[in-house]
Amino acid sequence: MRRDIFQAIADPTRRSIITLIALQAMTPNAIAEHFDSTRQAISKHLRILTECELVKQEYRGREIYYQLEVKKMKEIDKWLDQFRKIWETSFNQLDKVLLTMKKQKR
Amino acid sequence: MNNNLLFDFTVDKAARTVYITREFDAPLSLVWDAFTKAELLDQWVAPAPFTAKTRYMNFEVGGKRFYAMVSPEGHERWAIQQYTSISPKTNFKMFNAFADKDENPQLPGSDWDYTFSEQNGKTTVRITIFNESLDRMEKLIEMGFTEGFKMSMNNLENLLAVLTGK
Repeated sequence: MRRDIFQAIADPTRRSIITLIALQAMTPNAIAEHFDSTRQAISKHLRILTECELVKQEYRGREIYYQLEVKKMKEIDKWLDQFRKIWETSFNQLDKVLLTMKKQKR
Repeated sequence: MNNNLLFDFTVDKAARTVYITREFDAPLSLVWDAFTKAELLDQWVAPAPFTAKTRYMNFEVGGKRFYAMVSPEGHERWAIQQYTSISPKTNFKMFNAFADKDENPQLPGSDWDYTFSEQNGKTTVRITIFNESLDRMEKLIEMGFTEGFKMSMNNLENLLAVLTGK
């Protein structure tokens, strides 16, 4: 099953992880310290985030660091922007309807 | 149209809330009608080339609007709205859920809050969509706007495939 970025951000813990590593790349242990969840649970979230390509792993010596794929996050913004455009189109249509209504009233 | 009209669109992903503010160059009574009368709503709510058709609408507390967004190919995406609170020409609230053509709602839905105010002949409408999960927003887009997305969002092909149910 392929995953997408919306699945990645659907979970509150994963959103917190994203916020954490947005500041700096972190090891799984360092990330886990910020949560009450078990280390396994955090690993699972990291795996999902990796599968969604929202984070990538970077090896530094023996340690694995997780870092945010900022480009992927931008996809979400782009997607939301489409949503905004839909509203914009409808509202522009409403402007025209209102203009007609105003003329009819006169 | 007039580009000087305020339009603000913010999404609080964590709170799953969408905030939309739009100003209209018309008196409040007209704008209120445009948001609360079926024959007027149908003229603008669906972004072209989509059209909206309302099967029925009872704009009263507890009343419902059952309507569809229709794609240029004639595909209908039905939704049902139930009005939970109405303060004439000031505010109304509703619960929105997608539905099948037989009016069976597909839960969960979302809560919508519309506030209207007029200043110097211009009317500001503030819309808050509560509990709107990103899932739900995907569904909103599923209401027929996917075609344009496919073109502009290659990276989201996968999502769109799911959304269009194809």
